[in-house]
Amino acid sequence: MATTAVTAERDNYLNQEYGIKTWLLTIDHKRIALLYLLSITFFFFIGGFFALLIRLELLTPAGDLVQADTYNKLFTMHGQVMVFFFLIPSIPAVLGNFLVPLMIGAKDLAFPRINLLSWYLYIIAGVLMLHCMLTGGVDTGWTFYTPFSTAFSNTKVIEAGLAIFISGFSSILTGLNFVVTIHRMRAPGMTWNRLPLFIWAHYATSIIQLLGTPVIAVTLVLVVLERALHLGIFDPTRGGDPLLFQHLFWFYSHPAVYIMILPAMGVVTEIVPCFSRKRIFGYQFVAMSSIGIAVLGFLVWAHHMFVAGISLYAALIFSALSYLVAVPSAIKVFNWTATMYKGSITFSTPMLYAFGFIGLFTMGGLTGLFLAALGIDVHVTDTYFVIAHFHYIMVGGAVMGYLGGMHFWWPKISGRMYPESLGRLAALIVFLGFNLTFFPQFILGYLGMPRRYWQYPPEFQVLNVLSTAGSTILAVGYLLPMVYFLWSMRYGKIAPANPWAASGLEWKTSSPPPTFNFDHPAVVDWEAYDYENIPAPEIPAPPISAEEARIAR
Amino acid sequence: MEQQRDASSLGMWLFLATEIMFFGGMFCAYLIYRLWYFPEFAAASNSLDITLGTVNTAVLICSSLTVVLAVHAAQIGKRQAQVIYLALTLVLGLAFLGIKAVEWTSKFREHHIPGTSFHFEGEIPGHPGQPVDQQHAQIFFSLYFAMTGMHALHMIIGVGIFSYLLYYAWRGRYTPEYHTPLENSGLYWHFVDIVWIYLFPLLYLIDRKK
Repeated sequence: MATTAVTAERDNYLNQEYGIKTWLLTIDHKRIALLYLLSITFFFFIGGFFALLIRLELLTPAGDLVQADTYNKLFTMHGQVMVFFFLIPSIPAVLGNFLVPLMIGAKDLAFPRINLLSWYLYIIAGVLMLHCMLTGGVDTGWTFYTPFSTAFSNTKVIEAGLAIFISGFSSILTGLNFVVTIHRMRAPGMTWNRLPLFIWAHYATSIIQLLGTPVIAVTLVLVVLERALHLGIFDPTRGGDPLLFQHLFWFYSHPAVYIMILPAMGVVTEIVPCFSRKRIFGYQFVAMSSIGIAVLGFLVWAHHMFVAGISLYAALIFSALSYLVAVPSAIKVFNWTATMYKGSITFSTPMLYAFGFIGLFTMGGLTGLFLAALGIDVHVTDTYFVIAHFHYIMVGGAVMGYLGGMHFWWPKISGRMYPESLGRLAALIVFLGFNLTFFPQFILGYLGMPRRYWQYPPEFQVLNVLSTAGSTILAVGYLLPMVYFLWSMRYGKIAPANPWAASGLEWKTSSPPPTFNFDHPAVVDWEAYDYENIPAPEIPAPPISAEEARIAR
Repeated sequence: MEQQRDASSLGMWLFLATEIMFFGGMFCAYLIYRLWYFPEFAAASNSLDITLGTVNTAVLICSSLTVVLAVHAAQIGKRQAQVIYLALTLVLGLAFLGIKAVEWTSKFREHHIPGTSFHFEGEIPGHPGQPVDQQHAQIFFSLYFAMTGMHALHMIIGVGIFSYLLYYAWRGRYTPEYHTPLENSGLYWHFVDIVWIYLFPLLYLIDRKK
């Protein structure tokens, strides 16, 4: 079939209006999703840049690239940018914004203008954070522990705190939008039990965003007030308690990690059935496990404080609860595996990322159980073991889920196919680079290398060099998709409405969708993931060269 | 329209849930320090002006009443009544803020504002001679100003919202068929009122003997 012989391009959300103002003042959730895509990619580069500097410094045991104070700023800003300006928005603000209305058969979110406001708040916060970084940065660690952050640090704590506060508002409003949309704007026939599990995952994420983010907001307000007015709420020399800060901080920041992982789990739950040609195993279990993670995630925060001075009894309770919160996550892993059993597997790029997710998230999650055990935690807390643990989940899990989702829905978003073999190659590079970067860190942590130290004993050098080498490979793996996605916007194969023969309402409209999503309002009378009724796609044609594309045009 | 009304109402309730979590953080800090430093908290609480606090409470409760009456007026299609009640709400809200300003100024004069010139001269109720730990008292006032300050900020935002509503009510925008902004803003105002209902006893009425 002629791949680029298109006479008149159909009206879709991309070509309906042109001009920068139509983008900056849009209330179309799909355009807002793309605005977010650009912004979070930008911040991913910034956070990645700090990561590369950290890894460069750690090539040698001596502190020879930067000074100790600068190193403190590097890991602080790497953490803040990656957590608040990349990971927390990533899937919800890009894929969630784009897909939630499409998946439930709605024309847009419940509050389109608040959606745009969310993006502007994110941008304002981002600009403030950039300014903070360019004029001196912060060195408190992304965790802002008091009294260092409130009384002793000489860096721009107030500015960073305010930036994160504003970005929190963006997060809250996105969550609010999603919850109201999912409750009130489903198409006729789209009952709760017919919802794609991506929606359940985002619903649970939004609940956490709504209930958790305000707590860090008020905590940052108190930190800013304390620093500016010399109060004593968190300062032991002035009658205050540093542990109060830690409790308040972690009460949000633990659920925050579930904000970062739940959407990625939702993505994987869409990809796996599609490329196994089988309905998801245990729909109810997967749906309820998302809610379970959201609820239990609020009950475990003090596992970040086992050695901070909390009582043994409190530690025991939080340890037990932390074991409990692993159960719903494990349920999902079992369900994905059971879905693949006796399925007809295609190793497409999204499926490769899903496989990567399942393996790496499982490793990250299991090491979380190691950390939840009090005896082990005493030895490995504040070492590279913890760093490896959370990077396995956040990078091996959440970022892989994000990339898998971007590949899976790229035809829908852009109307173009990305080059499949390059996609698979990039996925492989990411997987190899990731493991080379972070697996040595488990060993380093176990052997005792502390985190946040800019120099280390010489016997740790080999593992650090391996880790840095891995990070350069990982960087290549991340750059490749950016290049070929851009390439595909002009030279990629035109995508049909449903290139993967996937289930879901979003595939029943054109690629890219029209501005109001559906030409004919959807009425749903089928169950989710009814893959037995959807014929598998034809084997895709081999990728065409640019030469052929040009000739065909 | 029904769906939109439901949606915006749900949205406002969810937003109020986030506000509960927001204030909750400060209430949590208050709870802990009150348990630890009760004598100084009682002494500091007794130094607040209970008359002004009570008047402010009454002012806010009345303002919630006028909000309800404004919404009702919209429901039965009475434009002038809407305008009057919204204006009264604004007046009461501004009165609250004015009385707050008076209280805070007197706190400034008494050196009760946390910082370098903080000095607390009060007495622990029931233990007149007992020395008062300045740091503990300062924590009370830190929380007092943080909590009432955050509350006042929400009042100011509420005053802004209701000014907007007053203008459009006067222009006749709110009818029995469409008065959703009034209802949802009313919810917000009631919430800010309820926060004060919690703040007042917790801050002003610790161990009051008189």
